[in-house]
Amino acid sequence: MKLNKGMNRRNFLKVSAASGTGLVIGFNWLAGCTPTNPEMSVPKSWTDINAYIKVADNGLVTIFSPNPEIGQNIKTAMPLIVAEELDVDWKKVIVEQADLNTIKYNRQVAGGSQSIRASWDGLRQAGATAKHMLRQAAANQWKIDISEVNTEGGELINAKTGDKLDYGDVAVAAASLPIPEDVKLKDVKDFKLIGTHVKNVDGEKIITGQPLFGIDYNREGQVIAMLIHAPAFGMKLKSYDAEAAKAMPGVDDVFVVDTSLEEPQWSDVNAFNELIVITGQTTWQVMKAKKAVNAEWEAVTPLENSDEHFAKLLDGVERQKGRVLREDGNIDAALQGAAKVVEKTYTAPFLAHNTMEPMNFFAHVTPDKAELVGPIQTPESLRGTIMKVLGMNEDQVTIAMTRMGGGFGRRLYGNFGLEATLISKKVGKPVKLIYTREDDMTQGTYRPAYRVKYTAGLDENNNLVAFKAKAAGIPGSPLFPDRFPAGTVDNYKGEGVNIDTNISTGAWRAPRSNFIAGAEQSFIDEVAEASGKDPIDFRLELFDRAINNPVGENNDYDAARYAGVLKLVKEKANWGQDMPGVSRGVAAYYCHNSYVAQVVDVVMKNNEPVVQKVWCAVDCGIVVNKEGAINQIEGGIIDGIGHAMYSQLTFKDGKPEQENFHQYDLIRNVQTPEIEAFFVENDIHPTGLGEPSLPPVIGALANALYKATGTRFYNQPFTKAKQADEILVG
Amino acid sequence: MAVFNLNVNGKKRKVDVDPDTPMLWVLRDHLNLVGTKFGCGIAQCGACTIHADGNAIRSCSTPISAVGDMEIVTIEGLSPNGNHPVQEAWIEHDVPQCGYCQAGQIMNAAAFLKKNPNPSKEEITSAMSGNICRCGTYTRINAAIQTASKKS
Repeated sequence: MKLNKGMNRRNFLKVSAASGTGLVIGFNWLAGCTPTNPEMSVPKSWTDINAYIKVADNGLVTIFSPNPEIGQNIKTAMPLIVAEELDVDWKKVIVEQADLNTIKYNRQVAGGSQSIRASWDGLRQAGATAKHMLRQAAANQWKIDISEVNTEGGELINAKTGDKLDYGDVAVAAASLPIPEDVKLKDVKDFKLIGTHVKNVDGEKIITGQPLFGIDYNREGQVIAMLIHAPAFGMKLKSYDAEAAKAMPGVDDVFVVDTSLEEPQWSDVNAFNELIVITGQTTWQVMKAKKAVNAEWEAVTPLENSDEHFAKLLDGVERQKGRVLREDGNIDAALQGAAKVVEKTYTAPFLAHNTMEPMNFFAHVTPDKAELVGPIQTPESLRGTIMKVLGMNEDQVTIAMTRMGGGFGRRLYGNFGLEATLISKKVGKPVKLIYTREDDMTQGTYRPAYRVKYTAGLDENNNLVAFKAKAAGIPGSPLFPDRFPAGTVDNYKGEGVNIDTNISTGAWRAPRSNFIAGAEQSFIDEVAEASGKDPIDFRLELFDRAINNPVGENNDYDAARYAGVLKLVKEKANWGQDMPGVSRGVAAYYCHNSYVAQVVDVVMKNNEPVVQKVWCAVDCGIVVNKEGAINQIEGGIIDGIGHAMYSQLTFKDGKPEQENFHQYDLIRNVQTPEIEAFFVENDIHPTGLGEPSLPPVIGALANALYKATGTRFYNQPFTKAKQADEILVG
Repeated sequence: MAVFNLNVNGKKRKVDVDPDTPMLWVLRDHLNLVGTKFGCGIAQCGACTIHADGNAIRSCSTPISAVGDMEIVTIEGLSPNGNHPVQEAWIEHDVPQCGYCQAGQIMNAAAFLKKNPNPSKEEITSAMSGNICRCGTYTRINAAIQTASKKS
């Protein structure tokens, strides 16, 4: 196996030189680390073995978690993979969040459910390489061959004599050894930690309220900054009067910053570049002063409305010529010749991310460096933007990643980091920028609004012979043309329509899938019903077709794994068994390289449908940490049900009509179902898990609601949008 | 500005702030107790929940002038070593994902269990519905409260 970053000799030497020495003396592990075995003594010295691992003289091991933590629990899972290959007792491990360091680490991004998948090999290698060096050091001390040194739980064992050494005993010697070019990784069957239930490494700190989040970070001498952005998309600042605000106690200054960039990158999405900034001593004083600023805004581009969005999506799907994304066979002829045709349309509104921790960032800019601390899913991209705007080099800009109070895609876009930086540059002091909830909810970077129309044809034997999808988004088509049911049907056509907007949008947990999966799986349910077949059997027939004789060559899913999760959920949920009073819906979907199938049980209480239970089967390859994995699955399901049922962001004259949680409904505890998750067991390298359980549950929910109420739910949010057919076809 | 003498986590604390300053910002900005979180500012999400004389209150909407000599307890003062039955149950059930709302959830759950030590599932979900968890850890929160209720 080839060496990855962090272990390459030249890179590693650079790293050691940058930190002054490979040996860090007197590091206080009690101050910055996870609780560990209290029986162990405080270490006197630490030795860097590689970019991921340092070993203390007493055998404690620090493992650095390279990626940003947004609640997806990679701060536990990534070090766990290193520890597995290192063969260290998890109780001896301290986990530390690494800072942004692109010399040491790859892809320090929280996004696309790719942290584990992209780093699986590298993390294993980091552990295995270090273990090899520790074994070699022990072999040298014992004057035996390395093959005679075994490891267990952070100890080295002489196979001949049974003598033991601790990793701490040989760490210094190991660090000076040549880095092996080729190390053997464990057999999956020998895993001891991977696949077990391991608790969140920050759990103790979270439940005792320790400072972990960006908003908790404070620096001596800092000023608090808050912003006023335009109240509506399409508006810019005309004039403002801040005299009253400036005179208020604790207020330092009120001024305007311009955050527009000459060459913005994808992560610089931002509709509001001209901002009124209020700086002062305490958050409440600045918050009050913010309300005392009188600003006038003017429209510079059209002010959009939700009614108009609905009409544009309708026009896009019904009347615009879409871009053909995939075409198999002859869709028109197949539909003409079909014995039955089903055609339905589905819609979903804009959504805000609404992370519980509002956007915030700390920045301290001096003439020769910029120091940033805060919650960011894309620290490397943010650094690139800061370097450009300040004219600094990479080594002049540092970013420390704090634990994030939620991400869901919002913190891929680091405008708040740029804003904090420019404010600090202007005031010449350390700055902590905080958004109010209203600032956060009305700032943008929303999930786009979508509409899709599906048309399916069945032959006289009720086999699917034609499938057409035309999907529009404001902005961007949500269709994945090479996903199911493409590949299972001879005649297929997928078309996408883009509709521009001045509202800023971006990735929102399981982008595009968060809409299209629910729509597709609701539609498949209706087609299965028209065919007179059981909805699971109907899908399994299609997967059989894709397994035995797939249509087209670009299908991006494995039909056997897809069928596998459906069969597993069918078995676990006892699908087909009569359950009095329970109405069931099913769905399956593939995204982020993982497969999920779900059964949703709905019961009627006081004439209202209540989601009682969700059964969920997942194939994400090897499950690294079962506890964290199940937690992610549960969270995705609750997130999907919540947004499909209750949430929407609507616009009037460019202004978001929901500004805080009294207007924007998020799912609450009492609305939450019981959830049971099951994994397909295999040895396939791990794939995504932060997102895949969300998309299909919306389909399974709609299908169960139909069984319970007799109404098909086409338009989200299900509890608020009209479901009548006439508005669907316009 | 005015001087207030507070009783926070069993200690006397003196702060000089505007009387309308919410307890949330007194705790976070003036007393360096940042475990209590800012979520919405309008008592809709529960992230800022603290105890005042044993009752769960929303600190974002409680001005310091309304606090008087009430005994204020924050997440930092709920137990000496993170060993309140609710905190222990939170660990046992590995509740948090991002963790941001959990201090508020724990404070709400602790006050609720004190008043209702053996709640039904319906009473738990109803009592906890003022606290939003955007990550969706509700099922674990409820399981943890059931565990804590058996222990306390």
